[in-house]
Amino acid sequence: MTVLQRERARVSNIRPRSHTLHRLRSIGGRALHLVAVLVLVTLAGTALTDLMPGSPASIILGPTASDEAIAALNAEYGYDQPLLLRYLQWLGNAITGDLGVSIQSNQPVVEVLLQRLPVTLELTVLALLLSLAIAIPAAVYAASRENSMFDRIVSGLASGFMSVPVFVIGVLLVYVLGVATRWFPVAGWAPLSSGLAENLHFVFVPVLALALGEFPAFYRLLRSDVISTLREDFVQTATVRGMPRGYILRRHVLRPSSFSLITVAAVAFGRLLAGSVVVESLFALPGLGSLALQSIPAKDIPMIQGIVVLVAVTYVLINAVVDATYALLDPRMRRI
Amino acid sequence: MTVTLEDPATRPARTSRPPRFTLTRRVGFMLAVAWIALLTLLALVADLLPIPAIDEPVGGPSIPPFSGEGPLLGTDAIGRDIASRLIHGVRISLAVGVGATAIAVVVGVLLGLLAAYTRGAVERIINVLTDTVLSFPPLLLLLALATVVTPGVPTLVIALGFLFVPPFVRLTRAAALSQLGRDYITAARSLGAGHARILFRELLPNSIQPIISYSVVVVALIIVIEGSLSFLGVGVPAPAPSWGSMIASGKDNLTRAPYLVIAPSLMIFLTVFAFNTIGDHLRRRIATGGES
Amino acid sequence: MALLEVTDLVKRFKVAGGTIEASSGVSFTLERGETLALVGESGCGKSTTGRAVLQVPGPDSGSIRLRGEELAGRPPRETKRQRRALQMIFQDARSSLNPRRRVRDLVAEGLIIGGMNRVDAATRVDAMLRSVGLEPDRVGERRASEFSGGQCQRIAIARAMVMQPEILVCDEPVASLDVSVQAQVINLLEDMKQQHGLAMLFISHDLSVVRTISDRVAVMYLGRIVEIGGVEEVYSRPRHPYTRALLDSVPVADPHQPSTGPALAGDLPSPMNPPSGCRFRTRCPMAQEICATAVPELRVMPEGQRSACHFAEQVAA
Repeated sequence: MTVLQRERARVSNIRPRSHTLHRLRSIGGRALHLVAVLVLVTLAGTALTDLMPGSPASIILGPTASDEAIAALNAEYGYDQPLLLRYLQWLGNAITGDLGVSIQSNQPVVEVLLQRLPVTLELTVLALLLSLAIAIPAAVYAASRENSMFDRIVSGLASGFMSVPVFVIGVLLVYVLGVATRWFPVAGWAPLSSGLAENLHFVFVPVLALALGEFPAFYRLLRSDVISTLREDFVQTATVRGMPRGYILRRHVLRPSSFSLITVAAVAFGRLLAGSVVVESLFALPGLGSLALQSIPAKDIPMIQGIVVLVAVTYVLINAVVDATYALLDPRMRRI
Repeated sequence: MTVTLEDPATRPARTSRPPRFTLTRRVGFMLAVAWIALLTLLALVADLLPIPAIDEPVGGPSIPPFSGEGPLLGTDAIGRDIASRLIHGVRISLAVGVGATAIAVVVGVLLGLLAAYTRGAVERIINVLTDTVLSFPPLLLLLALATVVTPGVPTLVIALGFLFVPPFVRLTRAAALSQLGRDYITAARSLGAGHARILFRELLPNSIQPIISYSVVVVALIIVIEGSLSFLGVGVPAPAPSWGSMIASGKDNLTRAPYLVIAPSLMIFLTVFAFNTIGDHLRRRIATGGES
Repeated sequence: MALLEVTDLVKRFKVAGGTIEASSGVSFTLERGETLALVGESGCGKSTTGRAVLQVPGPDSGSIRLRGEELAGRPPRETKRQRRALQMIFQDARSSLNPRRRVRDLVAEGLIIGGMNRVDAATRVDAMLRSVGLEPDRVGERRASEFSGGQCQRIAIARAMVMQPEILVCDEPVASLDVSVQAQVINLLEDMKQQHGLAMLFISHDLSVVRTISDRVAVMYLGRIVEIGGVEEVYSRPRHPYTRALLDSVPVADPHQPSTGPALAGDLPSPMNPPSGCRFRTRCPMAQEICATAVPELRVMPEGQRSACHFAEQVAA
C-alpha cells in the first residue's frame, strides 16, 4: 500500500532497539522454518515404507514367504509400529549415529554410506568446479562481445547441451573417449589412496559428462547477468574514464553476479547429486548413486531410507547456508 | 570550402542487433512448434499407423537403417522395428511429460494463489511444505519409490507431478504477491467481490504469464528424468519402448551398431530442445512486454 | 442526521520495527451533495482514513455511520447493500483497472456482482461511458491497458458511478495526471456531483485543486485532524500554524508578494513514535510547554472553522 510505503520512507528516527528485535525475530523465524523442514524431510523418509502395498517385510521376503516370517521381520525392524513411534525411534537412533542395518550386506547403514560418500562427493564437487571453470570465462567473454561469432557459437552449444540428458552425454563420451580412442577407462574407480593421477584418470570422463550437463545453466545465467550489468550507467562511466575492460569486468561486474551464481550453484549441487546416479551406474563407480540403484532390486529399505535422508538433509543445510551467506553478504541488508 | 557539421538528429539510428539473429530465433521457434505438433500427432495415431508392433521381431537382429535390407530405420538387437518403437516411445515421453506437468501446474498454481492471498499461518505452512518437497532431488526420490512400488506410466505421472509442484507454487506466489498490492484488487473488493472472484477473475489471469513459459521447460525436464529412469532400468518397464531404455540396451553395442543409441538419443534431444526453445521464446516474449 | 458520520476512527499498521497509527481518532461528518477534502502531507493518514471508510481495510476502532446505520466492525457480508453507496477512485487509475479485462466488463463488474443481468448492465454501462465522455462502441471492447492515464480515470469514474453511489471517495485522483488532464477530470467530477447529487470525500495534497472542488476542508497531520471548516474560511483565515504553513507553501504567481509567517522547521517525526501532546509541536514556531503535555482539542473559531491548537487565536492572518 502506497500509504505505508510513504510512511516508511519518511521515518527519520527509528528506535535502534526495536530494529534489533526485528532482526532477531526474523532469524528466529528462519531457524524455525529450517527445523520444520528438517523434521518433515526425515519424517517423509521414514514414511516411505507406508507407501507400498503390504508391509515392508512382505516386499523384502517376497511372495513365497510365510506369514510368520513376515511378522517376525516386521517386528525385528520395527515396521509394525505406527509412523510416529517409528520416526521417534529412528530419530533417537540417528542422533547417536545409527541409521539401521543394510538388508543386503548386514553392514550398518552409516558405515556403508561413509564408504560410498567420498566417491559421490568427489564426483559432484569436481563436476561443479569444472562446469564453473568452463562457464565463467566463456560467459564473461561472450557477454563482453555480444553477438560475435564466439558468442553465437558458444551460446548455441550451451542451448544444445542443455537439451541433452546426462546419460546421453555419458554414453557418447564413453564412445569417443573410451571406446573409439581408448584414452580413458570406461568403467571403474581408483581411490585417492592409489595415487592422484590414477584417481583422476578414472574420474575424468564421468566428471566431464556431469560438467557438460551443468555448464549451460551457469553460462546462460552469468552471460545475461554480465550483459545487463555492462549496460548499466556505472560501467559506461568507468569505460569512458579509461578503465581497462578486464579491470572493469573483474571488479565491478563479477561481484553483483556472484550472488545469483551462488544460489544457482546450490541448486546445481542438488541436480548434480541426482545426475551422479546415472553417471555412477554408467561408469561403475562405487558411490551413493550406484548404491541406491543396487538397493532397489534387493529391496534394501533401510539403505534407501538412509541415502534419501542423507541427501535431502544435506541439500536443506546447503540451502540454509547459502541463504544465510546471502543475507550477510548483501550490503543492502546490513544496517548501521 | 564549407565545413558542415553533421546534425545528430538526422544521422540514421544504428540497429541494436543484426536482423539475422532474430530471424534465426523465429525460424527456430517455428520448427520447434512443428516438431512438437508432429510428435503429438504421432502419439495420438500411433496405433492406427501401418507399423509393426513394438515387441514383434520383424527381421534379423541389428539391421542398420537406410540399408535396404530391412525396415527404414533398421532393427534393434532382438530384431524389433526401431521406427515403430521410436514412435511408441513418443507416447510414453509425452504422456509422462505433459501429464505430470499438468498436475504440477494445477496444484502448484492453486497453492501459490492461496499462499499469496491468505498470508499468515496458511502461507507459512505452504512454504514449509514446498521447501520440504524441494529438498528431495527428483531422481533419488523416484529411485526410492521404485523400491516400494512397481513403476509404470501412471505412477511416474503422479510422482513427478507431485515433485514439481513447489516451483509452480513459488512462481505463482511471487507473481500474485506483486499483483496484490495494486489498486484493482482493492477496487474489486470495494465493488463487493468475494474471495473466489478476486482469486480467479482478478489475481489468476494476471499472475499466470510466467507460469506458461516455465511449464514448457518443466515438460522438457520431466522427459529427461523419465528417460534417465528408464535408462537405469527403473522407469517404464520393458517391453515398453521408452527412449531411455532403448539407449540403455543399445549402449553395449556402440561400436557395431551405433544407430541403436543414436536414433533414440536424437529423438530425446530434438524433443527436449524443441520444448526448451518454445519455453525460451515464451519467456522472452513476456519479458519484452508482449501481450498474448 | 448527516449522510456520513465518522467518529474516532483509528487504524494501525504493523511494519518492520513497530506499529504505525496512521489514523489516530479522526472524526468528521459529510452531508448530502457536499464535498469534504482531506488534505495534508504524504503520510499524514488521509488515504488510510479514506480507505477505512470503505472498509478496504476497515478501521481498528471507531464508528462509521451511513445514514445512521453502523458499518464499522461488522462483517462485509452484512453490510454489502449499504457499502454499495460508497465508491472509490484511486490515484493510479491505470493500476486500479485489471489490465486484462475489457472496458465494458470492468465498468459492469459491480453491477454483475450485485446480481444484475448482463443485458440491463450493458445498457447502464454504455450510458455511463457516454456520461464520462467515452464513446462505448470505440472503447467498450478494448483492454484497459490501451488507454492513457486520464482516460483510465474516466473509466474508473464510470465504474464507480454506475453503482449510483451517494458518496465517492477520491484518493488523490489527479495527482499522477498532466495538468491539462487534471482540469478535465476535475470538471468531470464536478459534473457528476451536479447531476447525481454526489457527496465526495476528496483526498489530496494539492491545495489549489482542493479549493476549486471542495465545500469544506479538513487538514490532517500525523493521523489527526488539526483544522476543519468551510474551504473559504480556512483558506482565507487559517487558524492552525500547520494550515498556515501549508498555504504559504502554495506557489503564487507574484514573486514580490511577501510570505506571511515563518517557515516550517525540522522534518516530519517518525509516525511510529509521534510527539506527545500536540503532534505538530516539534515543527511549530509557536510551540510552548503546554503543547507537549496537553493534546489540543478541536475548538470553534470566530470564522466558523474548528482548530486544534492551544494558540489558535494567535495564528497570524
